[in-house]
Amino acid sequence: MNKLTVLSPTAILGYGFPKQSFLEGLTHNPDVIGVDAGSVDPGPYYLGAGVSFTDRAAVKRDLALILPEALKRKIPLMIGTAGGSGASVHLAWNREIIEEIAAEQNLSFKMAVIPADIDKDYLLANLDKTTPLGPLPALTAKDVQDSTHIVAQMGWEPYREALDQGADVVLGGRTYDPAVFAALALKLGFPSGPALHMGKILECAAIAAEPGSGRDCMVGILDEEGFTLFPTNPERRCTVKSVAAHSLYEKSNPWLLPGPGGALDLRNTRYQQVDERTVRVTGSVFVKNDYAIKLEGSRLIGYRTLAIAGVRDPIFISQLQQVLDQVRAAVKDNFEGSANYSLEFKVYGLNGVMGDLEPTPVPGHEVGIIIDAVASTQEKANTICSFCRSTLLHYGYEGRIATAGNLALPYSPSDVPAGAVYEYCIHHLLPSEPNFFKPEFVEVGKR
Amino acid sequence: MKSVPITELAHVIRSKNSGPFELTFDMIFKDDQSFDLAVKSGVFTPQLFAELYKIPVEKVLGVIEYPPARAIKATIARIRPAGSLGETDVYGAQQHAPLLTIKVPVE
Repeated sequence: MNKLTVLSPTAILGYGFPKQSFLEGLTHNPDVIGVDAGSVDPGPYYLGAGVSFTDRAAVKRDLALILPEALKRKIPLMIGTAGGSGASVHLAWNREIIEEIAAEQNLSFKMAVIPADIDKDYLLANLDKTTPLGPLPALTAKDVQDSTHIVAQMGWEPYREALDQGADVVLGGRTYDPAVFAALALKLGFPSGPALHMGKILECAAIAAEPGSGRDCMVGILDEEGFTLFPTNPERRCTVKSVAAHSLYEKSNPWLLPGPGGALDLRNTRYQQVDERTVRVTGSVFVKNDYAIKLEGSRLIGYRTLAIAGVRDPIFISQLQQVLDQVRAAVKDNFEGSANYSLEFKVYGLNGVMGDLEPTPVPGHEVGIIIDAVASTQEKANTICSFCRSTLLHYGYEGRIATAGNLALPYSPSDVPAGAVYEYCIHHLLPSEPNFFKPEFVEVGKR
Repeated sequence: MKSVPITELAHVIRSKNSGPFELTFDMIFKDDQSFDLAVKSGVFTPQLFAELYKIPVEKVLGVIEYPPARAIKATIARIRPAGSLGETDVYGAQQHAPLLTIKVPVE
């Protein structure tokens, strides 16, 4: 085999794709279909709570189209970071969707499932080997113990093992994004630089096209020297700039993209326009280094209740900060000692978007306020939010002439219990080895 | 010295998380001439981003020129991990406004 064709239907499983784009992708006879199903971007809640940030019905819609076509054509289907965050609870969620589709469409196949969970005792025993990945403190035993789920990003190697053992579908836990697109190529001996760089772009599907979209398909064709890329929807095109610019996206250094076992070095990468819609990429190199995996974990810090309110009174707005400070003090006076809580006001129209980074904290003619209370239980958060809202509503600030109420409350009920709140506490590297994670095999749809 | 607003030179100016602990800014220039002008102006320094965001210069983790996309990228440490208490922008996608005020000196 001197060429390998990879189809990426969507940037994230559940973000969708036009069916016609997918069918057009299949006409290029892909050797593998890859889908990235996750991200850390939606924040610490989803990993911590074991919930997917993608919608179940939307994930099922995408898989119900992809799965039968892949099986019919004997194209391996590789899914990375199942359930959005890739812990075993997310993996089980995604697996159940696949099994449901198999039952509904009468499909049978061999599936590999690759958990990405890290055992706490194992991590505690190896704590001193970890290093922070970015501007954060060293890992502590408390961080490990507090985390509800701890995962690490696997590389392409466990996917290779799954393919070696004849899996038709591979469902992986937390995974280095390019791995699902590159595993078959690397198993077949294609050079790792182009294979992983192509995977890095394909994991975002048509985001690297013009106009960019996360819900449309992209095809990559890998060869011994490099790869070519094009979107399957004729309304989009790849350009040298759209493809080159992709390595900037969500990354700190576009020249050097680290992953398990090494880094993609793009300093000698060349981009070439092949035709109006196709770009060729050559010269990308994968530089090996000591194998390490990225750990991720988040912990529960409390429960949130919020209330949304608007203010239009110019006298109130002219002393906004003092009023909020005084109300905060009143809440403290009422509940000091009886509740451990955090109370903040997000003031839209002042600095609601940028907070302390806002260079122009000048209020508009109206402002929106979110009262944001976090406490150790939902009931305590409800209490703080409720007390704060009622105090602010009737607070007698200096010079007040609108004495019936200070807030425009758009909803009844006004207070919204928002549930558990998590924070990231693990984002560290741990030395490891390529086959640390092991696939498990299941026969789906056979009795 | 004369200067040109960055909005006349760049067609993409954006912010986004680079992982939960960093915030990265991309300024992608319209054409080679605009990119060259920006690079040669010498205005894109860690000090510039420290001043724009009123943060210590050590919190600016890097400023990188990337000619393949005619881009300049700067990355700063997030003031809190994404989604922690006090968060205003989990994805970091609306932190770019101060960049729009950059003026690029020209000869």
